[in-house]
Amino acid sequence: MSPQAFLRRVGFVLFLAVVTAFWALPMLWLVTAPFDAHPGLTVRWPEWTLDNFRRLSESPYAFSSLRNSVLLAGGAMILVTVFGALAAYALSRVHVPGRGAILYGMLLLSSIVTGTAAMVPIFQLMFTLGLIDDRTGVILVLTGGLLPAAIFVLKDFMDATPRSYEESARVFGASPTQVLRHVVLPIARPGLATIAVWALVNAWGDFLTAYILLRDPTKTPAGVVMYTFYSEGGQANLPLISAFSVLYALPVVVLYIFVSRRYGFRFHGGIKS
Amino acid sequence: MSDHAADAAGLGRPRAAAFMAPALLLITAFLVVPALWTLVLGATNYRLTGLAAANPQFVGTGNITEALSDPGFGWSLWLTLLFVLGSAIFGQSLAGLSLAWSLRSAPKVVKAVVETLVLMAWILPSSVVAFLWVAYLSRHGGTLNAILQTPGTDWLIQHPMASIIVFNIWRGTAFSMLLFSAALSAVPPSQMESARLAGAGTLAQLRDVVFPHIRGHVLTNTLLISLWTFNDFTPYLLTAGGPNHATEILPVFIYNRALYGGELGYGSAISFLMLIINLVIALFYVRLLRERR
Repeated sequence: MSPQAFLRRVGFVLFLAVVTAFWALPMLWLVTAPFDAHPGLTVRWPEWTLDNFRRLSESPYAFSSLRNSVLLAGGAMILVTVFGALAAYALSRVHVPGRGAILYGMLLLSSIVTGTAAMVPIFQLMFTLGLIDDRTGVILVLTGGLLPAAIFVLKDFMDATPRSYEESARVFGASPTQVLRHVVLPIARPGLATIAVWALVNAWGDFLTAYILLRDPTKTPAGVVMYTFYSEGGQANLPLISAFSVLYALPVVVLYIFVSRRYGFRFHGGIKS
Repeated sequence: MSDHAADAAGLGRPRAAAFMAPALLLITAFLVVPALWTLVLGATNYRLTGLAAANPQFVGTGNITEALSDPGFGWSLWLTLLFVLGSAIFGQSLAGLSLAWSLRSAPKVVKAVVETLVLMAWILPSSVVAFLWVAYLSRHGGTLNAILQTPGTDWLIQHPMASIIVFNIWRGTAFSMLLFSAALSAVPPSQMESARLAGAGTLAQLRDVVFPHIRGHVLTNTLLISLWTFNDFTPYLLTAGGPNHATEILPVFIYNRALYGGELGYGSAISFLMLIINLVIALFYVRLLRERR
Protein backbone atom coordinates (compact mmCIF):
# COMPACT_ATOMS: atom_id res chain seq x y z
CA MET A 1 0.00 0.00 0.00
CA SER A 2 1.40 3.36 -1.00
CA PRO A 3 1.67 6.02 1.73
CA GLN A 4 -1.00 8.03 -0.05
CA ALA A 5 -3.47 5.16 -0.14
CA PHE A 6 -2.65 4.45 3.50
CA LEU A 7 -3.40 8.05 4.50
CA ARG A 8 -6.66 7.94 2.56
CA ARG A 9 -7.61 4.74 4.34
CA VAL A 10 -6.84 6.30 7.76
CA GLY A 11 -8.89 9.36 6.86
CA PHE A 12 -11.78 7.15 5.78
CA VAL A 13 -11.79 5.15 9.01
CA LEU A 14 -11.43 8.32 11.07
CA PHE A 15 -14.37 9.92 9.27
CA LEU A 16 -16.60 6.90 9.92
CA ALA A 17 -15.55 6.83 13.58
CA VAL A 18 -16.37 10.51 14.06
CA VAL A 19 -19.71 10.14 12.28
CA THR A 20 -20.67 7.09 14.35
CA ALA A 21 -19.75 8.87 17.57
CA PHE A 22 -21.66 12.02 16.56
CA TRP A 23 -24.88 10.07 15.98
CA ALA A 24 -24.51 7.48 18.71
CA LEU A 25 -23.41 9.56 21.70
CA PRO A 26 -26.65 11.50 22.28
CA MET A 27 -28.65 8.28 21.94
CA LEU A 28 -26.57 6.20 24.37
CA TRP A 29 -28.38 7.71 27.35
CA LEU A 30 -31.65 6.20 26.12
CA VAL A 31 -30.06 2.76 26.32
CA THR A 32 -28.29 3.04 29.67
CA ALA A 33 -30.22 5.40 31.97
CA PRO A 34 -33.61 3.62 31.99
CA PHE A 35 -31.95 0.51 33.41
CA ASP A 36 -29.70 2.28 35.93
CA ALA A 37 -30.57 2.22 39.62
CA HIS A 38 -29.37 5.85 39.99
CA PRO A 39 -29.61 7.42 36.54
CA GLY A 40 -27.77 10.73 36.06
CA LEU A 41 -27.40 12.89 32.98
CA THR A 42 -24.04 11.37 32.10
CA VAL A 43 -23.85 8.15 30.13
CA ARG A 44 -22.23 5.39 32.17
CA TRP A 45 -22.39 1.67 32.64
CA PRO A 46 -25.66 1.11 34.58
CA GLU A 47 -26.27 -0.69 37.87
CA TRP A 48 -28.87 -2.87 36.21
CA THR A 49 -32.44 -2.67 37.47
CA LEU A 50 -35.99 -2.51 36.18
CA ASP A 51 -37.12 -0.49 39.17
CA ASN A 52 -37.53 2.70 37.10
CA PHE A 53 -40.35 1.09 35.16
CA ARG A 54 -42.14 0.17 38.39
CA ARG A 55 -41.82 3.78 39.57
CA LEU A 56 -43.37 4.87 36.30
CA SER A 57 -46.67 3.30 37.29
CA GLU A 58 -46.79 5.66 40.28
CA SER A 59 -46.84 8.70 38.01
CA PRO A 60 -50.46 9.65 37.31
CA TYR A 61 -50.01 10.63 33.68
CA ALA A 62 -47.39 8.24 32.32
CA PHE A 63 -49.55 5.32 31.24
CA SER A 64 -52.67 7.34 30.46
CA SER A 65 -50.59 9.49 28.10
CA LEU A 66 -49.30 6.43 26.27
CA ARG A 67 -52.90 5.25 25.90
CA ASN A 68 -53.80 8.68 24.53
CA SER A 69 -50.96 8.43 22.04
CA VAL A 70 -52.27 5.05 20.89
CA LEU A 71 -55.73 6.57 20.43
CA LEU A 72 -54.50 9.64 18.55
CA ALA A 73 -51.95 7.88 16.36
CA GLY A 74 -54.22 4.89 15.73
CA GLY A 75 -57.16 7.13 14.82
CA ALA A 76 -55.09 9.27 12.48
CA MET A 77 -53.53 6.18 10.89
CA ILE A 78 -56.92 4.58 10.17
CA LEU A 79 -58.48 7.76 8.79
CA VAL A 80 -55.45 8.59 6.63
CA THR A 81 -55.23 5.07 5.19
CA VAL A 82 -58.97 4.57 4.57
CA PHE A 83 -59.82 8.02 3.24
CA GLY A 84 -56.53 8.22 1.35
CA ALA A 85 -57.09 4.84 -0.33
CA LEU A 86 -60.67 5.67 -1.33
CA ALA A 87 -59.71 9.03 -2.79
CA ALA A 88 -56.62 7.69 -4.53
CA TYR A 89 -58.60 4.84 -6.08
CA ALA A 90 -61.29 7.18 -7.40
CA LEU A 91 -58.66 9.57 -8.77
CA SER A 92 -56.79 6.72 -10.39
CA ARG A 93 -59.76 4.99 -12.07
CA VAL A 94 -62.31 7.65 -12.93
CA HIS A 95 -61.60 10.71 -14.96
CA VAL A 96 -62.82 13.25 -12.44
CA PRO A 97 -63.04 16.72 -13.98
CA GLY A 98 -60.08 18.80 -12.92
CA ARG A 99 -58.10 15.80 -11.66
CA GLY A 100 -54.78 17.32 -12.63
CA ALA A 101 -55.63 20.53 -10.83
CA ILE A 102 -56.75 18.68 -7.69
CA LEU A 103 -53.52 16.69 -7.50
CA TYR A 104 -51.36 19.70 -8.30
CA GLY A 105 -53.20 21.79 -5.72
CA MET A 106 -52.81 19.12 -3.06
CA LEU A 107 -49.08 18.78 -3.68
CA LEU A 108 -48.70 22.53 -3.22
CA LEU A 109 -51.04 22.77 -0.24
CA SER A 110 -49.49 19.96 1.74
CA SER A 111 -46.04 21.51 1.51
CA ILE A 112 -47.16 25.08 2.19
CA VAL A 113 -49.71 24.76 4.95
CA THR A 114 -47.67 23.14 7.68
CA GLY A 115 -48.65 22.66 11.29
CA THR A 116 -46.32 25.44 12.37
CA ALA A 117 -47.35 28.01 9.78
CA ALA A 118 -51.04 27.33 10.38
CA MET A 119 -51.04 26.88 14.15
CA VAL A 120 -52.86 30.13 14.86
CA PRO A 121 -55.80 29.65 12.46
CA ILE A 122 -56.06 25.97 13.41
CA PHE A 123 -56.24 26.90 17.07
CA GLN A 124 -58.83 29.56 16.23
CA LEU A 125 -60.84 27.13 14.06
CA MET A 126 -60.94 24.44 16.73
CA PHE A 127 -61.84 27.05 19.32
CA THR A 128 -64.82 28.12 17.17
CA LEU A 129 -65.86 24.51 16.57
CA GLY A 130 -65.64 23.78 20.30
CA LEU A 131 -62.98 21.11 19.68
CA ILE A 132 -60.34 22.48 22.05
CA ASP A 133 -59.42 19.83 24.60
CA ASP A 134 -61.05 17.17 22.44
CA ARG A 135 -58.98 14.26 21.15
CA THR A 136 -61.17 13.98 18.04
CA GLY A 137 -60.05 17.47 17.07
CA VAL A 138 -56.37 16.45 17.24
CA ILE A 139 -57.05 13.34 15.15
CA LEU A 140 -58.87 15.40 12.50
CA VAL A 141 -56.13 18.03 12.28
CA LEU A 142 -53.40 15.38 12.03
CA THR A 143 -55.39 13.51 9.37
CA GLY A 144 -55.98 16.65 7.32
CA GLY A 145 -52.28 17.41 7.33
CA LEU A 146 -51.17 13.91 6.33
CA LEU A 147 -53.85 13.13 3.71
CA PRO A 148 -52.53 15.04 0.66
CA ALA A 149 -49.16 13.30 0.65
CA ALA A 150 -50.87 9.95 1.37
CA ILE A 151 -53.22 10.38 -1.62
CA PHE A 152 -50.24 11.27 -3.77
CA VAL A 153 -48.28 8.15 -2.93
CA LEU A 154 -51.33 5.87 -2.97
CA LYS A 155 -52.44 7.10 -6.39
CA ASP A 156 -49.08 5.93 -7.77
CA PHE A 157 -49.68 2.51 -6.22
CA MET A 158 -53.25 2.35 -7.57
CA ASP A 159 -52.10 3.39 -11.04
CA ALA A 160 -49.64 0.51 -11.00
CA THR A 161 -52.23 -2.19 -10.21
CA PRO A 162 -53.42 -3.87 -13.44
CA ARG A 163 -56.93 -3.00 -14.57
CA SER A 164 -57.49 -6.37 -16.23
CA TYR A 165 -58.18 -8.02 -12.83
CA GLU A 166 -60.94 -5.57 -12.11
CA GLU A 167 -62.41 -6.09 -15.58
CA SER A 168 -62.56 -9.85 -15.16
CA ALA A 169 -64.11 -9.50 -11.70
CA ARG A 170 -66.72 -7.25 -13.26
CA VAL A 171 -67.40 -9.80 -15.97
CA PHE A 172 -68.16 -12.34 -13.25
CA GLY A 173 -70.69 -9.96 -11.77
CA ALA A 174 -68.80 -8.36 -8.87
CA SER A 175 -70.10 -4.98 -7.75
CA PRO A 176 -67.67 -2.03 -7.71
CA THR A 177 -67.42 -2.20 -3.90
CA GLN A 178 -66.67 -5.93 -4.06
CA VAL A 179 -64.03 -5.26 -6.70
CA LEU A 180 -62.43 -2.69 -4.42
CA ARG A 181 -62.48 -4.95 -1.39
CA HIS A 182 -61.51 -8.27 -2.93
CA VAL A 183 -59.37 -7.30 -5.92
CA VAL A 184 -57.82 -3.86 -5.53
CA LEU A 185 -57.09 -3.75 -1.80
CA PRO A 186 -55.13 -7.03 -1.68
CA ILE A 187 -52.99 -5.88 -4.62
CA ALA A 188 -52.40 -2.42 -3.17
CA ARG A 189 -51.51 -3.80 0.28
CA PRO A 190 -47.78 -2.89 0.24
CA GLY A 191 -48.72 0.70 -0.58
CA LEU A 192 -51.37 0.78 2.13
CA ALA A 193 -48.93 -0.66 4.66
CA THR A 194 -46.33 1.97 3.76
CA ILE A 195 -48.83 4.79 4.23
CA ALA A 196 -50.19 3.30 7.45
CA VAL A 197 -46.72 3.04 9.02
CA TRP A 198 -45.78 6.51 7.80
CA ALA A 199 -48.96 8.07 9.22
CA LEU A 200 -48.57 6.18 12.49
CA VAL A 201 -44.97 7.29 13.06
CA ASN A 202 -45.85 10.90 12.19
CA ALA A 203 -48.88 11.07 14.48
CA TRP A 204 -47.10 9.17 17.27
CA GLY A 205 -44.25 11.70 17.30
CA ASP A 206 -46.54 14.74 17.02
CA PHE A 207 -45.95 17.40 19.64
CA LEU A 208 -47.26 20.74 18.40
CA THR A 209 -50.85 19.84 17.45
CA ALA A 210 -51.62 18.17 20.77
CA TYR A 211 -49.67 20.85 22.65
CA ILE A 212 -51.84 23.69 21.36
CA LEU A 213 -55.20 21.87 21.23
CA LEU A 214 -55.30 19.88 24.47
CA ARG A 215 -55.35 21.36 27.97
CA ASP A 216 -56.52 18.54 30.24
CA PRO A 217 -53.46 16.50 31.35
CA THR A 218 -55.52 13.30 31.31
CA LYS A 219 -56.06 13.74 27.56
CA THR A 220 -52.56 14.75 26.47
CA PRO A 221 -50.43 12.22 24.56
CA ALA A 222 -46.96 10.98 25.47
CA GLY A 223 -45.12 13.60 23.38
CA VAL A 224 -46.55 16.46 25.42
CA VAL A 225 -46.28 14.70 28.78
CA MET A 226 -42.62 13.93 28.03
CA TYR A 227 -42.02 17.66 27.52
CA THR A 228 -43.80 18.65 30.74
CA PHE A 229 -41.76 16.03 32.63
CA TYR A 230 -38.51 17.87 31.90
CA SER A 231 -39.55 21.46 31.24
CA GLU A 232 -41.48 22.11 34.43
CA GLY A 233 -39.40 23.66 37.17
CA GLY A 234 -37.67 21.77 39.95
CA GLN A 235 -35.32 18.82 39.86
CA ALA A 236 -35.93 16.64 36.79
CA ASN A 237 -37.09 13.18 37.83
CA LEU A 238 -34.55 11.19 35.83
CA PRO A 239 -35.69 7.65 36.75
CA LEU A 240 -39.18 8.59 35.56
CA ILE A 241 -38.07 10.46 32.42
CA SER A 242 -35.65 7.77 31.28
CA ALA A 243 -38.09 4.89 31.72
CA PHE A 244 -40.87 6.86 30.08
CA SER A 245 -38.83 7.93 27.07
CA VAL A 246 -37.76 4.38 26.33
CA LEU A 247 -41.39 3.16 26.46
CA TYR A 248 -42.50 6.04 24.25
CA ALA A 249 -39.72 5.48 21.72
CA LEU A 250 -40.03 1.70 21.61
CA PRO A 251 -42.95 1.37 19.14
CA VAL A 252 -41.09 3.50 16.59
CA VAL A 253 -37.96 1.37 16.96
CA VAL A 254 -39.98 -1.84 16.58
CA LEU A 255 -41.74 -0.51 13.48
CA TYR A 256 -38.39 0.54 12.03
CA ILE A 257 -36.95 -2.93 12.50
CA PHE A 258 -40.09 -4.50 11.02
CA VAL A 259 -40.13 -2.21 7.99
CA SER A 260 -36.41 -2.48 7.25
CA ARG A 261 -36.48 -6.29 7.56
CA ARG A 262 -39.54 -6.61 5.37
CA TYR A 263 -39.13 -3.93 2.73
CA GLY A 264 -35.67 -2.39 3.21
CA PHE A 265 -35.57 1.18 4.39
CA ARG A 266 -34.49 3.12 1.32
CA PHE A 267 -35.74 5.00 -1.68
CA HIS A 268 -36.17 2.98 -4.82
CA GLY A 269 -35.57 5.78 -7.26
CA GLY A 270 -39.32 6.40 -7.14
CA ILE A 271 -38.78 9.35 -4.85
CA LYS A 272 -39.63 12.63 -6.50
CA SER A 273 -36.37 13.57 -8.12
CA MET B 1 -70.33 4.27 -21.15
CA SER B 2 -67.90 6.46 -23.02
CA ASP B 3 -65.17 6.28 -20.39
CA HIS B 4 -65.65 2.60 -19.67
CA ALA B 5 -62.11 1.79 -20.76
CA ALA B 6 -60.61 3.99 -18.08
CA ASP B 7 -63.16 3.10 -15.44
CA ALA B 8 -62.40 -0.60 -15.20
CA ALA B 9 -64.16 -1.14 -11.89
CA GLY B 10 -67.33 0.55 -13.09
CA LEU B 11 -67.24 3.12 -10.31
CA GLY B 12 -68.99 5.89 -12.19
CA ARG B 13 -68.64 9.55 -11.33
CA PRO B 14 -71.15 9.73 -8.45
CA ARG B 15 -69.45 6.91 -6.57
CA ALA B 16 -66.01 8.29 -7.37
CA ALA B 17 -67.09 11.62 -5.92
CA ALA B 18 -68.37 9.85 -2.80
CA PHE B 19 -64.99 8.09 -2.45
CA MET B 20 -63.14 11.39 -2.64
CA ALA B 21 -65.52 13.36 -0.45
CA PRO B 22 -64.20 12.52 3.06
CA ALA B 23 -60.58 13.19 2.12
CA LEU B 24 -61.36 16.42 0.30
CA LEU B 25 -63.58 17.58 3.15
CA LEU B 26 -60.83 17.08 5.75
CA ILE B 27 -58.20 18.68 3.53
CA THR B 28 -60.45 21.67 2.91
CA ALA B 29 -61.33 22.06 6.57
CA PHE B 30 -57.85 21.69 8.01
CA LEU B 31 -55.53 22.95 5.26
CA VAL B 32 -57.39 25.28 2.90
CA VAL B 33 -59.57 27.06 5.45
CA PRO B 34 -56.70 27.71 7.93
CA ALA B 35 -54.54 29.08 5.12
CA LEU B 36 -57.25 31.53 4.06
CA TRP B 37 -58.10 32.26 7.67
CA THR B 38 -54.62 33.66 8.31
CA LEU B 39 -55.59 36.46 5.90
CA VAL B 40 -58.89 37.24 7.63
CA LEU B 41 -57.56 36.92 11.16
CA GLY B 42 -54.32 38.67 10.28
CA ALA B 43 -56.28 41.75 9.29
CA THR B 44 -57.77 42.15 12.79
CA ASN B 45 -56.40 43.01 16.21
CA TYR B 46 -57.90 39.78 17.63
CA ARG B 47 -56.52 38.76 21.02
CA LEU B 48 -57.03 35.71 23.16
CA THR B 49 -58.22 37.72 26.15
CA GLY B 50 -59.26 41.25 27.01
CA LEU B 51 -61.25 43.86 25.15
CA ALA B 52 -60.06 42.91 21.65
CA ALA B 53 -61.15 39.30 22.25
CA ALA B 54 -64.82 40.21 22.55
CA ASN B 55 -64.82 42.82 19.84
CA PRO B 56 -61.92 42.49 17.39
CA GLN B 57 -61.36 45.50 15.16
CA PHE B 58 -60.40 45.45 11.50
CA VAL B 59 -56.88 46.80 11.15
CA GLY B 60 -56.24 45.92 7.50
CA THR B 61 -52.57 45.53 6.70
CA GLY B 62 -51.68 47.08 10.05
CA ASN B 63 -50.33 43.80 11.44
CA ILE B 64 -48.14 43.19 8.41
CA THR B 65 -46.64 46.68 8.52
CA GLU B 66 -46.21 46.31 12.27
CA ALA B 67 -44.40 43.02 11.74
CA LEU B 68 -42.13 44.44 9.09
CA SER B 69 -41.04 47.22 11.42
CA ASP B 70 -40.94 45.02 14.54
CA PRO B 71 -37.30 44.36 15.50
CA GLY B 72 -38.43 41.09 17.13
CA PHE B 73 -39.74 39.83 13.79
CA GLY B 74 -36.66 40.96 11.89
CA TRP B 75 -34.42 39.24 14.43
CA SER B 76 -36.50 36.08 14.25
CA LEU B 77 -36.35 36.08 10.45
CA TRP B 78 -32.55 36.47 10.62
CA LEU B 79 -32.27 33.54 13.07
CA THR B 80 -34.48 31.43 10.80
CA LEU B 81 -32.24 32.22 7.85
CA LEU B 82 -29.17 31.19 9.85
CA PHE B 83 -30.95 28.03 10.99
CA VAL B 84 -32.00 27.00 7.46
CA LEU B 85 -28.66 27.88 5.87
CA GLY B 86 -26.50 26.35 8.58
CA SER B 87 -28.41 23.22 9.49
CA ALA B 88 -30.18 22.31 6.25
CA ILE B 89 -28.54 23.78 3.15
CA PHE B 90 -24.97 23.31 4.39
CA GLY B 91 -25.21 20.89 7.29
CA GLN B 92 -27.67 18.21 6.24
CA SER B 93 -26.81 18.35 2.54
CA LEU B 94 -23.06 18.00 3.07
CA ALA B 95 -23.38 15.44 5.86
CA GLY B 96 -25.90 13.44 3.81
CA LEU B 97 -23.76 13.50 0.69
CA SER B 98 -20.53 12.55 2.48
CA LEU B 99 -22.31 9.75 4.35
CA ALA B 100 -23.87 8.38 1.17
CA TRP B 101 -20.52 8.64 -0.64
CA SER B 102 -18.35 7.04 2.00
CA LEU B 103 -20.80 4.30 3.01
CA ARG B 104 -20.70 2.89 -0.53
CA SER B 105 -17.24 1.49 0.07
CA ALA B 106 -17.66 0.74 3.78
CA PRO B 107 -17.99 -2.86 5.08
CA LYS B 108 -21.58 -4.06 5.20
CA VAL B 109 -21.81 -4.15 9.00
CA VAL B 110 -20.43 -0.62 9.38
CA LYS B 111 -22.84 0.60 6.74
CA ALA B 112 -25.81 -1.00 8.47
CA VAL B 113 -24.84 0.39 11.89
CA VAL B 114 -24.24 3.94 10.71
CA GLU B 115 -27.40 4.01 8.60
CA THR B 116 -29.51 2.71 11.47
CA LEU B 117 -28.11 5.34 13.87
CA VAL B 118 -28.75 8.18 11.44
CA LEU B 119 -32.25 6.92 10.69
CA MET B 120 -33.08 6.50 14.38
CA ALA B 121 -32.19 10.14 14.99
CA TRP B 122 -34.70 10.97 12.27
CA ILE B 123 -37.67 8.84 13.31
CA LEU B 124 -37.63 8.94 17.12
CA PRO B 125 -40.34 11.20 18.61
CA SER B 126 -39.21 14.82 18.80
CA SER B 127 -39.73 15.25 22.53
CA VAL B 128 -37.56 12.20 23.21
CA VAL B 129 -34.66 13.39 21.05
CA ALA B 130 -35.04 16.88 22.49
CA PHE B 131 -34.56 15.56 26.01
CA LEU B 132 -31.65 13.38 24.87
CA TRP B 133 -29.94 16.57 23.67
CA VAL B 134 -30.86 18.52 26.80
CA ALA B 135 -29.16 15.76 28.81
CA TYR B 136 -26.22 15.51 26.38
CA LEU B 137 -25.55 19.27 26.45
CA SER B 138 -26.40 19.90 30.07
CA ARG B 139 -24.08 22.00 32.17
CA HIS B 140 -23.62 19.63 35.07
CA GLY B 141 -23.10 16.02 34.16
CA GLY B 142 -23.73 16.37 30.43
CA THR B 143 -21.92 13.74 28.37
CA LEU B 144 -20.53 16.31 25.92
CA ASN B 145 -18.79 18.24 28.69
CA ALA B 146 -17.36 15.00 30.02
CA ILE B 147 -15.95 14.09 26.60
CA LEU B 148 -14.60 17.52 25.68
CA GLN B 149 -13.25 18.12 29.21
CA THR B 150 -15.18 21.39 29.40
CA PRO B 151 -16.99 21.09 32.74
CA GLY B 152 -19.48 23.83 33.50
CA THR B 153 -20.11 24.86 29.89
CA ASP B 154 -23.84 25.42 29.41
CA TRP B 155 -24.10 24.90 25.65
CA LEU B 156 -27.76 25.84 25.34
CA ILE B 157 -27.13 29.14 27.18
CA GLN B 158 -23.66 30.06 25.90
CA HIS B 159 -23.99 28.85 22.31
CA PRO B 160 -27.75 28.52 21.76
CA MET B 161 -27.92 28.98 17.98
CA ALA B 162 -24.92 26.72 17.32
CA SER B 163 -26.52 24.08 19.55
CA ILE B 164 -29.84 23.95 17.72
CA ILE B 165 -28.07 24.03 14.34
CA VAL B 166 -25.91 21.03 15.26
CA PHE B 167 -28.97 19.36 16.77
CA ASN B 168 -30.93 19.77 13.55
CA ILE B 169 -28.06 18.37 11.46
CA TRP B 170 -28.10 15.32 13.75
CA ARG B 171 -31.87 15.09 13.57
CA GLY B 172 -32.48 15.51 9.85
CA THR B 173 -29.48 14.26 7.85
CA ALA B 174 -31.16 10.87 7.27
CA PHE B 175 -33.33 12.19 4.44
CA SER B 176 -30.40 13.63 2.49
CA MET B 177 -28.39 10.47 3.11
CA LEU B 178 -31.19 8.25 1.72
CA LEU B 179 -31.82 10.51 -1.24
CA PHE B 180 -28.14 10.78 -2.15
CA SER B 181 -27.48 7.05 -1.79
CA ALA B 182 -30.35 6.39 -4.22
CA ALA B 183 -28.89 9.06 -6.54
CA LEU B 184 -25.32 7.76 -6.32
CA SER B 185 -26.36 4.21 -7.15
CA ALA B 186 -27.65 5.55 -10.47
CA VAL B 187 -24.26 6.94 -11.50
CA PRO B 188 -22.73 4.54 -14.05
CA PRO B 189 -19.80 2.76 -12.37
CA SER B 190 -17.89 2.65 -15.65
CA GLN B 191 -17.65 6.44 -15.74
CA MET B 192 -16.32 6.54 -12.18
CA GLU B 193 -13.86 3.80 -13.00
CA SER B 194 -12.47 5.63 -16.03
CA ALA B 195 -12.21 8.86 -14.06
CA ARG B 196 -10.29 7.02 -11.35
CA LEU B 197 -7.98 5.41 -13.89
CA ALA B 198 -7.38 8.84 -15.39
CA GLY B 199 -6.09 9.85 -11.95
CA ALA B 200 -8.99 11.96 -10.74
CA GLY B 201 -9.10 12.53 -6.97
CA THR B 202 -12.26 12.20 -4.90
CA LEU B 203 -13.19 15.86 -5.29
CA ALA B 204 -12.58 15.84 -9.03
CA GLN B 205 -14.67 12.67 -9.38
CA LEU B 206 -17.51 14.24 -7.43
CA ARG B 207 -17.38 17.44 -9.44
CA ASP B 208 -16.94 16.08 -12.95
CA VAL B 209 -18.58 12.65 -12.90
CA VAL B 210 -21.06 12.50 -10.04
CA PHE B 211 -22.46 16.01 -9.85
CA PRO B 212 -23.84 16.17 -13.42
CA HIS B 213 -25.81 12.99 -12.69
CA ILE B 214 -27.24 14.07 -9.35
CA ARG B 215 -27.84 17.77 -10.01
CA GLY B 216 -31.61 17.21 -9.97
CA HIS B 217 -31.40 15.33 -6.67
CA VAL B 218 -29.30 18.07 -5.10
CA LEU B 219 -31.94 20.66 -6.00
CA THR B 220 -34.85 18.49 -4.83
CA ASN B 221 -33.07 17.77 -1.59
CA THR B 222 -32.16 21.40 -0.95
CA LEU B 223 -35.72 22.61 -1.51
CA LEU B 224 -37.39 19.93 0.60
CA ILE B 225 -35.06 20.16 3.58
CA SER B 226 -35.19 23.97 3.47
CA LEU B 227 -38.99 23.84 3.59
CA TRP B 228 -38.99 21.34 6.47
CA THR B 229 -36.32 23.13 8.47
CA PHE B 230 -38.04 26.47 7.94
CA ASN B 231 -41.22 24.95 9.45
CA ASP B 232 -39.51 22.98 12.22
CA PHE B 233 -40.85 23.50 15.72
CA THR B 234 -38.52 21.04 17.50
CA PRO B 235 -35.97 23.69 18.65
CA TYR B 236 -38.74 24.95 20.94
CA LEU B 237 -38.42 21.70 22.89
CA LEU B 238 -34.73 22.44 23.53
CA THR B 239 -34.70 26.15 24.28
CA ALA B 240 -38.31 27.48 24.02
CA GLY B 241 -36.81 30.36 22.01
CA GLY B 242 -34.48 31.48 24.76
CA PRO B 243 -32.25 32.52 26.33
CA ASN B 244 -33.62 36.03 25.79
CA HIS B 245 -34.98 35.31 22.25
CA ALA B 246 -31.59 33.99 21.08
CA THR B 247 -33.15 30.96 19.33
CA GLU B 248 -36.58 32.38 18.55
CA ILE B 249 -36.91 31.15 14.96
CA LEU B 250 -40.18 32.02 13.18
CA PRO B 251 -42.30 29.02 14.27
CA VAL B 252 -41.31 29.63 17.89
CA PHE B 253 -41.83 33.39 17.48
CA ILE B 254 -45.40 32.77 16.26
CA TYR B 255 -46.10 30.40 19.13
CA ASN B 256 -44.70 32.76 21.76
CA ARG B 257 -46.51 35.83 20.46
CA ALA B 258 -49.83 34.36 19.33
CA LEU B 259 -50.61 31.38 21.53
CA TYR B 260 -48.50 32.11 24.61
CA GLY B 261 -48.81 35.90 24.49
CA GLY B 262 -52.37 35.85 23.14
CA GLU B 263 -51.86 38.20 20.16
CA LEU B 264 -53.77 36.06 17.69
CA GLY B 265 -54.20 38.78 15.06
CA TYR B 266 -50.51 39.66 14.98
CA GLY B 267 -49.55 35.96 15.03
CA SER B 268 -51.82 35.32 12.06
CA ALA B 269 -50.17 38.06 10.08
CA ILE B 270 -46.77 36.44 10.72
CA SER B 271 -48.24 33.05 9.80
CA PHE B 272 -49.43 34.59 6.55
CA LEU B 273 -45.92 35.84 5.78
CA MET B 274 -44.61 32.36 6.59
CA LEU B 275 -47.14 30.77 4.21
CA ILE B 276 -46.00 33.16 1.46
CA ILE B 277 -42.36 32.11 1.97
CA ASN B 278 -43.44 28.45 1.91
CA LEU B 279 -45.38 29.12 -1.28
CA VAL B 280 -42.33 30.60 -2.99
CA ILE B 281 -40.14 27.59 -2.07
CA ALA B 282 -42.89 25.11 -3.06
CA LEU B 283 -43.67 26.78 -6.40
CA PHE B 284 -40.00 26.65 -7.21
CA TYR B 285 -39.98 22.95 -6.38
CA VAL B 286 -43.15 22.05 -8.33
CA ARG B 287 -41.84 23.96 -11.33
CA LEU B 288 -38.66 21.95 -11.14
CA LEU B 289 -40.61 18.68 -10.95
CA ARG B 290 -42.63 19.56 -14.03
CA GLU B 291 -39.56 20.48 -16.03
CA ARG B 292 -37.99 17.12 -15.32
CA ARG B 293 -41.09 15.14 -16.27
